[in-house]
Amino acid sequence: MAAEKIELSKRNRLAVAWRSTFIQGSWNYERMQNGGWAYSMIPAIKKLYTTKEDRAAALKRHLEFFNTHPYIASPILGVTLALEEERANGVAVDDVAIQGVKVGMMGPLAGVGDPVFWFTVRPMLGALGASLAIGGSILGPILFFVAWNLIRWGFMWYTQEFGYKAGSAITDDLSGGLLQDITKGASVLGMFVLAALVQRWVSINFQPIVSRVPLDEGAYIDWDALPSGSEGIRTAFEQFNSGLALSPTKVTSLQNNLDQLIPGLAPLLLTLLCMYLLKKKVNPIIIILGLFIVGIGGHVIGLL
Amino acid sequence: MSIISMVLVVFVAFLAGIEGILDEFQFHQPLVACTLIGLVTGNLTAGIILGGTLQMLALGWANIGAAVAPDAALASVASAIILVLGGQGVNGVSTAIAIAIPLAVAGLFLTMIVRTLAVPIVHLMDSAAEEGNFRKIEFLHIAAVCMQGVRIAVPAAALLFIPAESVQAFLTSMPAWLTDGMAIGGGMVVAVGYAMVINMIATKEVWPFFAIGFVVAAMTDLTLIALGALGVAMALIYLNLSKMGGSSNGGSNSGDPLGDILNDY
Repeated sequence: MAAEKIELSKRNRLAVAWRSTFIQGSWNYERMQNGGWAYSMIPAIKKLYTTKEDRAAALKRHLEFFNTHPYIASPILGVTLALEEERANGVAVDDVAIQGVKVGMMGPLAGVGDPVFWFTVRPMLGALGASLAIGGSILGPILFFVAWNLIRWGFMWYTQEFGYKAGSAITDDLSGGLLQDITKGASVLGMFVLAALVQRWVSINFQPIVSRVPLDEGAYIDWDALPSGSEGIRTAFEQFNSGLALSPTKVTSLQNNLDQLIPGLAPLLLTLLCMYLLKKKVNPIIIILGLFIVGIGGHVIGLL
Repeated sequence: MSIISMVLVVFVAFLAGIEGILDEFQFHQPLVACTLIGLVTGNLTAGIILGGTLQMLALGWANIGAAVAPDAALASVASAIILVLGGQGVNGVSTAIAIAIPLAVAGLFLTMIVRTLAVPIVHLMDSAAEEGNFRKIEFLHIAAVCMQGVRIAVPAAALLFIPAESVQAFLTSMPAWLTDGMAIGGGMVVAVGYAMVINMIATKEVWPFFAIGFVVAAMTDLTLIALGALGVAMALIYLNLSKMGGSSNGGSNSGDPLGDILNDY
């Protein structure tokens, strides 16, 4: 063995991190992310191995089955880089050990990536951006895009470096309480914000009118008695501000009644119904199309 | 639409298709894809509003395992193109969304086809690995990525070839009860995305936070950022408190005084 130690430079590691952006590119039903994984490892393999046999063996080793959350692949890549580096320097790290680390980490880590990224960070940033965008503001999409990519790239680079430096010791660290804490914290935050989103953004308005009560004289604006011209407009606003109704009958719709219980009750019930249907393995597409039909039907009969 | 706009729309569609599988930069999310298509066709505001509205529907659509979620990429791109061709601007948003939903299903099947087509590609990679041929593996991988882009770019280009007049005639021929009804349906459909996410993260432990969130949102005018800050604070407090209660394993000797009292009770 040569006395000089082969090391992966920061540049090599950056190249791996950049390539791991495309890790899902050749996602396939047979070995899932294997192509993208090998593609990501290529800069490191080139640096660490020089003979054709070693390179071929390394490529084959990294074309084995692999699948996890695409960003969570980064710490695993980091650890694998550390192992490959040791191996290239003559330490006895066999194929089984490398494959073992990959498989051992991908399962539990994917269980963190999905709830944190797909079910907490993206819905929250997405809802924030969307609520701005619905008002026509360009800030909505920009905020979503920039914030997401900063978080994503920061996470990928930092965790890959972390994995590379910690080496195989990372498995002990991660199996501790840290991962559970992150997942639990994300679900607390997620549930809180989702409830707010359900309340604010699911909209159902029941049109039917429950009651029409004639108001007493003086409880509404008597439009005919107003002075004419701008003076009249001023008086009308003053009366409106002092709490006078606009018309002589008080109309209460079903929606007003429901809102007195708590605004957003119907959206909440609808969401719970959707959750129940999804748990019963009803295809989400069917539910979505069904709701459009209910919307059209309900509108035609005057309910919605 | 000018040739340049058309080329740019197809390019955006290509990016969205790639992202539909990569899930990295988020070009396939409606908020980004619809805005970009609005931008390159000179309908920026309508594109942003469509993107925001569709994003609310698509919040819970995620690529996880074998779960069936509609394809955000095709839904965003197709609805944005229809919105632009329809020429109704902001008013066409709800109709465009209703049309986009079935297309999201079609996109799903296209994804499955491409993922199957990728199987022979990795077999070619195996033989390239045998020779230690880096170039070939890189080429094959990039080809697979492009295949995902083409998945959305081709339907987008096909939509562009439908004359704008026919799209407009179709859209204006829809009666008001239908378009209004679809808008109302759209308001309810948002619930499906939320339900998908809640199903994924809900445990007995975190349901109380759902109740708090709902009531706080109903009874205050706090903005989403304020609510997010509250949520982060609560998550941190909760994590710390559950640690103070001793080991989080539970059980009778948890070192949690209140728990012990309750157990003895």
